[in-house]
Amino acid sequence: MAEILVLVDHVEGTVKKVTLELLTLARSLGEPAAVVAGRGAATAAPTLAEYGATTVYLADDPAYDDHPAAPKAELLAAVVARSAPAAVLVAAGVEGKEVGARLAVKIGSGIITDAIDVSPELVATQSVFGGSTVVHSRVSRGVPVIAVRPNSTAPVAAPAAGTIVEVAVELSAAARAARVVERVVQEKGARPELTEAAIVVSGGRGLGGPENFALIERLADTIGAAVGASRAATDAGWYPHQHQVGQTGKTVSPQLYVATGISGAIQHRAGMQTSKTIVAINKDPEAPIFELVDFGVVGDLFQVVPQLTEKLAKHRS
Amino acid sequence: MNIVVCIKQVPDSWAEKKLRAGDSTLDRDSADAVLNELDEYAIEEALQLTEAHGGEVTVVCMGPEKAAETVRKALSMGAHKGVHLSDPALHGSDAVATSEALAAVIAPLGADLVILGSESTDARMAVLPSMLAERLGLPQLTFAGKVVVEGTTVRIQRLTEDGYHVVEASTPALVSVVEKINEPRYPSFKGIMAAKKKPVSTLTLAQAGVPAGQVGLPGAWSEVVDFAVRPPRQAGTVITDDGDGGTKLAEFLVGQKLV
Ligand SMILES: Cc1cc2nc3c(=O)[nH]c(=O)nc-3n(C[C@H](O)[C@H](O)[C@H](O)COP(=O)(O)OP(=O)(O)OC[C@H]3O[C@@H](n4cnc5c(N)ncnc54)[C@H](O)[C@@H]3O)c2cc1C
Ligand SMILES: Nc1ncnc2c1ncn2[C@@H]1O[C@H](COP(=O)(O)O)[C@@H](O)[C@H]1O
Repeated sequence: MAEILVLVDHVEGTVKKVTLELLTLARSLGEPAAVVAGRGAATAAPTLAEYGATTVYLADDPAYDDHPAAPKAELLAAVVARSAPAAVLVAAGVEGKEVGARLAVKIGSGIITDAIDVSPELVATQSVFGGSTVVHSRVSRGVPVIAVRPNSTAPVAAPAAGTIVEVAVELSAAARAARVVERVVQEKGARPELTEAAIVVSGGRGLGGPENFALIERLADTIGAAVGASRAATDAGWYPHQHQVGQTGKTVSPQLYVATGISGAIQHRAGMQTSKTIVAINKDPEAPIFELVDFGVVGDLFQVVPQLTEKLAKHRS
Repeated sequence: MNIVVCIKQVPDSWAEKKLRAGDSTLDRDSADAVLNELDEYAIEEALQLTEAHGGEVTVVCMGPEKAAETVRKALSMGAHKGVHLSDPALHGSDAVATSEALAAVIAPLGADLVILGSESTDARMAVLPSMLAERLGLPQLTFAGKVVVEGTTVRIQRLTEDGYHVVEASTPALVSVVEKINEPRYPSFKGIMAAKKKPVSTLTLAQAGVPAGQVGLPGAWSEVVDFAVRPPRQAGTVITDDGDGGTKLAEFLVGQKLV
């Protein structure tokens, strides 16, 4: 059986949930093999084996962290050349897509982004135009490169050999041309990442100001949620841009999406419409967000959200 | 500093988008066509950089005849020249093919910087910047929330989940921007008038030196097998808060085992 290469998303050896999802998906397509690069790569190996990687291609070299995208694409191209895989899966985040894009050009292959499922025949399912259209597509030339969205599959452990194969690639000067010279962390917290979270609580213009995001954060922390924001809120500088959900922000597909003070403009819906359950709090009964909700409350969020938080805190304790 | 900005014409994001039944390509006639919004930020950044450091901004657009409007829009914002790659054989080109065609147009321009939006609002693939960096052999400075040029050094803030990375390279380099970066200007009346006289070269595939078999639907690297329009979500229960709205919502979430 041909290998299915999975590019591992990790932070100094701590493997992201999306990678475990990709390994789980890869098992239904062929023989999962992980490709892990950068600082701490070796410490990721046991987790990768636990989730089904028969082989772990390992490149424990800081160069993979110090230059964006290009080195990982060269590494993957080298592994593709030796393993002749049936497909390469990357996470549909910023870096995964960048690496996948360069790889596709390098190896002369087509690429499909934002797949939510891949069939054993390597036909990818995509949900486009804000979830209004489902598309099945396939790569017609080369080794398919497929970027799969987080939260598409539930990760299931299935221990495999995880045989380590060290790969040393002579990176080109071009791949090292862009250098990461500083890393700035602006927010540190225990909150889950937006695209990976099972629950997302988002705030919009209805919050009235940056200070009121504290209400949203309190609710989020009570139920272990990530915090999202509408573009009106990020444009106004009330919340960091990285948290924007929608057309020009992130696409999320959690089990539960809570929209507070968000009208539900088409560009916002494009980023959250495929959430399993949607609830909203908005004082305007005509707000388009109510067309999507499983449960909606017409009311003042400054009344409803604290009460909701208090009840849920009680329930959890 | 001479800058190339890649711009795309896309259906207005306020419109509901659909695929065409015949060949599964985007139905571009069903919605108004506009300049991809993130590309406005790319143009703005290029204009600010040339205002500070001198040089010219050339916009490059691949798209149908109608996309000439989008090139004019960019020129009315202040870009100096336009190149419009337009050929019926390009219809249905996917990202890999588009990057090949754009690279063929951009390479001979010898720009110090190539700037793109980080994503188009129709395809939403966010792959063109990386593909072009790969094809043109340029350092990739993507997902920028800030760009600074000092001499031949370009430094960006690349947004990350919890902050940003400072990434730098020497020119020539390729940059992609997110909307946090600036506030795009509106074309002034003067700008709109001036744009009518600015040079635009319209190229066919042959003129750009791209082999026809490499692009369009026949040359596509990926294909749509089928598609279906999903029934819209059914609205559920909506209640009006009578002082216990939060409690009722909590009960719903607990009842559905969502929290
Ligand atoms: C090309 C393009 C891309 C875009 N991309 C995105 C994107 O990625 N993400 C995105 O979100 N938007 C995007 N937008 C913007 C989008 O069109 C809307 O402007 C934006 O989503 C509105 O944000 P909002 O719902 O927070 O604000 P508004 O539309 O102003 O809605 C605020 C809501 O809060 C309610 N409210 C006010 N006070 C209270 C209160 N006390 N209690 C309860 N409810 C209250 C109001 O009734 C109203 O419904 C994009 C637009 C364009 C043109
Ligand atoms: N047909 C095109 N012509 C010119 N530039 C394009 C075209 N398609 C995409 N781009 C550029 O590539 C960026 C990312 O697009 P995409 O990868 O399609 O999401 C856009 O913001 C544009 O700057």
